[in-house]
Amino acid sequence: MPTVSMTVNGKSVGKTVEDRTLLVQFLRQDLGLTGTHVGCDTSQCGACVVDVNGHAVKACTLLAAQTEGARVTTIEGLAAADGALHPMQQAFMDNHALQCGFCTPGMVMSAVDLLKRHPNPDEQTIRRELEGNLCRCTGYHNIVKAVQQAAKAMAR
Amino acid sequence: MTETGIGARVKRKEDFRFLTGQGTYTDDINRHGQAHACFLRSPHAHAKLGAINAAKAKAMPGVLAVFTHADLAADKVGGVPCGFGLTQKNGKPQIEPPHPALAAGKVRYAGDAVAMVVAETLAQARDAAEAIEVGYSELPAVVDTAGAPRAKSAVHDEAPNNVCFEWEIGDKAKTDEAFAKAANVSKLEFVNNRLIPNAMEPRAAVGEYDRATGNYTLYTTSQNPHVIRLLMGAFVLAIPEHRLRVVAPDVGGGFGSKIFHYAEEALVTWACRKVGRPVKWTAERSESFLTDAHGRDHVTKVELATDREGNFLGLRVHSIANLGAYLSTFAPMVPTWLYAPLFAGQYRTPAIHAEVIGVFTNTSPVDAYRGAGRPEATYVVERIVETAARDLKLDPAEIRRKNFIAPAQFPYTTPVVLQYDSGQYALAMDKACQLIDYKNFAKRKAEAEKRGRLRGIGFSAYIEACGVAPSAVAGAIGARAGLYEAGVIRFHPTGSVTVITGTHSHGQGHETTFAQLVSDRLGVPYDSIDVVHGDTDRIPFGMGTYGSRSIAVGGSALSKAMDKIVDKGKRIAAHLMEAAVQDIEFKNGAFRVAGTDKQKTIQEVAFAAYVPHNYPLNELEPGLEETAYYDPANFTYPAGTHIAEVEVDPQTGQVEVVDWAAVDDFGNVINPMIVEGQVHGGIAQGIGQALLEGCVYDDRSGQLVTGSYMDYCMPRADNLPSYRVDMTHTPCPHNPLGVKGCGEAGAIAAPAALMNAITNALGIKDLAMPATPERVWRAAQARGARAAE
Repeated sequence: MPTVSMTVNGKSVGKTVEDRTLLVQFLRQDLGLTGTHVGCDTSQCGACVVDVNGHAVKACTLLAAQTEGARVTTIEGLAAADGALHPMQQAFMDNHALQCGFCTPGMVMSAVDLLKRHPNPDEQTIRRELEGNLCRCTGYHNIVKAVQQAAKAMAR
Repeated sequence: MTETGIGARVKRKEDFRFLTGQGTYTDDINRHGQAHACFLRSPHAHAKLGAINAAKAKAMPGVLAVFTHADLAADKVGGVPCGFGLTQKNGKPQIEPPHPALAAGKVRYAGDAVAMVVAETLAQARDAAEAIEVGYSELPAVVDTAGAPRAKSAVHDEAPNNVCFEWEIGDKAKTDEAFAKAANVSKLEFVNNRLIPNAMEPRAAVGEYDRATGNYTLYTTSQNPHVIRLLMGAFVLAIPEHRLRVVAPDVGGGFGSKIFHYAEEALVTWACRKVGRPVKWTAERSESFLTDAHGRDHVTKVELATDREGNFLGLRVHSIANLGAYLSTFAPMVPTWLYAPLFAGQYRTPAIHAEVIGVFTNTSPVDAYRGAGRPEATYVVERIVETAARDLKLDPAEIRRKNFIAPAQFPYTTPVVLQYDSGQYALAMDKACQLIDYKNFAKRKAEAEKRGRLRGIGFSAYIEACGVAPSAVAGAIGARAGLYEAGVIRFHPTGSVTVITGTHSHGQGHETTFAQLVSDRLGVPYDSIDVVHGDTDRIPFGMGTYGSRSIAVGGSALSKAMDKIVDKGKRIAAHLMEAAVQDIEFKNGAFRVAGTDKQKTIQEVAFAAYVPHNYPLNELEPGLEETAYYDPANFTYPAGTHIAEVEVDPQTGQVEVVDWAAVDDFGNVINPMIVEGQVHGGIAQGIGQALLEGCVYDDRSGQLVTGSYMDYCMPRADNLPSYRVDMTHTPCPHNPLGVKGCGEAGAIAAPAALMNAITNALGIKDLAMPATPERVWRAAQARGARAAE
């Protein structure tokens, strides 16, 4: 069994895992970071999106061993060290962009990534960019509003 | 209105934990020494079960046990019960075949569980499941809903023609009479497409047994933990309820699919004692597709009789409803009592008759899915009303207005049992027409035509019956449970409050809404109030959340409990201020002696109740905590008008939803932000049904073809529009809060509005849901060909 080491939410971690362990299993089971969710088995739903080396990645598409040495940020690592919410988290709260909360971690991580590439997105861009994240509760209406609010807040 | 009181757009208490990855969903729970379960499922839709050889699997690394039906039988484990007993039109009960927790003798749908493997790790359990050898002799599968009664094969020996029930409602003779004298009869035949609920959190369960006390704990993804405790404890595992704790922690959406008692949650609870370890099971999405109860799946004929002016005279409906392979918890209720009583819609139709045939097929069980019967009913009514308008060349808004029940006519008893309590249907219609600028639609259509696009508009003036349900009524029609709700208001000595409710929040934001309600009424700061739900050990009782019942029934229970708190508080305050009880008034969180400036805050009264140094102990018990049970007097009747506007590209068959106006009447509203969110989500699911989603089983093999997100088209952000949402407020007259319930309205209203819009754009009578680009393109081409002739 291989030992994998990486930096997760700023902390160095190393574990021995089965070869077939996916990154999302490593985060949830080996590190206890259960904020990253599993909503499907075909890499379609986006509930498991995390940041790997600056890119939004579906953590069910990678083996843990493939992220050896990577810098990984999960939803647990998004808020500031003092507990202040990231502008995207705040915008989701302000706009009621979540209901059951299950898709939310992946949705927020994807939305943060979206703004890196499109700092001032229009509604169509937001909708197109988030098509890899399924939400069954909100109808996306308020998620779009939240991303727009976060874009304004982060432009300041 | 205060910043956190009734009517305020208060941000949700729940959100911080969900936004920071600190929610606790069932799969996030790991118990010490936990083992993992995996289910071996039938690859066949219908087969005789031969020998099951698990010897190799049992010998594999980490495997603790492999269980089959024989092990359940040896332990006298019961089958999965149905919670509803329908009486057929001939007076006989529904056919109710057994539903074994693991298949016995036969498998009846692809996904039916055959064996359960428990191992140290999930990977080991999966590996072992693959090593189990099962002998199957395949049988012909019954798949087609309408064809089931004539199929050559029977899903159950108890129902040789696959008919579970034949049921009717309304006055047939009077309806026939209305049709005989009608100037116009409009007709439609259609399928209400089968849907797969797809809450984003897959089902999961963790069972744990405490040898020291003999107590069981089940953590499960449920909308109603007490119902699970009742069904599983009493019917499946014979565990007395005081020894069984069921916890439904954070639950990632339900939409009905997590109401029902599923075999897996009983099996982990049973197995954890057998193997002496906590046992966890989490569905893969593929398992969810196969085994979560599906929704809808009706084949329907409808006829509407009118006079020449478009006044409705009579409605006749015939539906065949697919129930799947076994009767899920509320399956027989959904296509009957939750469906046909809504056929009056918002209209004065004087004569209605409906027949429903429920059939078994070799497919996953079918049960309540968001709206449960009412989206199907609205589709029947609003599609046929639209058809009549077109047949009679009347404006679709006008024909509806002409037939609306007027505000002065309430309470209004329909020809199909229900007594509507209140409504202002024309008001909502007018508002929706303004929102979408109906009067200028023709201009927009002409402008779209210049761009080569076909623009259409569609109405849906829906009504629903929710806030389920008066227990006596529910019992009379066949529910094997009461449908009241329990609530507790617990003051703590220093004045903070714990609110305990038997409803369950899995996205609805009850922790916020109920805290607002209590803060408003008792004058306690919002931040000093927390809401407890989802744990049978912490809640006196509860029927959970479905049928948009939480605020109407659960909120009313809390309202009653608050009445008791205020009554007791007055007596304590009277003692403290040496006044007569009848002179004490309660307002803004303080008890005052009328006409004086003497007052005690509710916090001071709570403190006196818990530190009763100066307290009327002769006549009053210490403490300030009250429990109330509330049984509703009637259903509530949210109603409104949704208008969809679409553009169809005849070259590609793509439908773009370009505008949506929703005007709903939910009575009084506690948190408009949350209510609007419920409307958005409901519309999205309704658009999903009309445009994208359709569950497909292979006609011959009974294999689920749409078994993943690659094959079943879920609405994504780029498929949907933003919505214009507004409301009217007609308080419910029979509950203390004047509230009606908002969770299902969007899903109920939307499919009919959208299909009316698409058929309007294409100038055709009907189109099957989902209106995929292929179907729309074919219709557009046929239209083009007709135009060229």
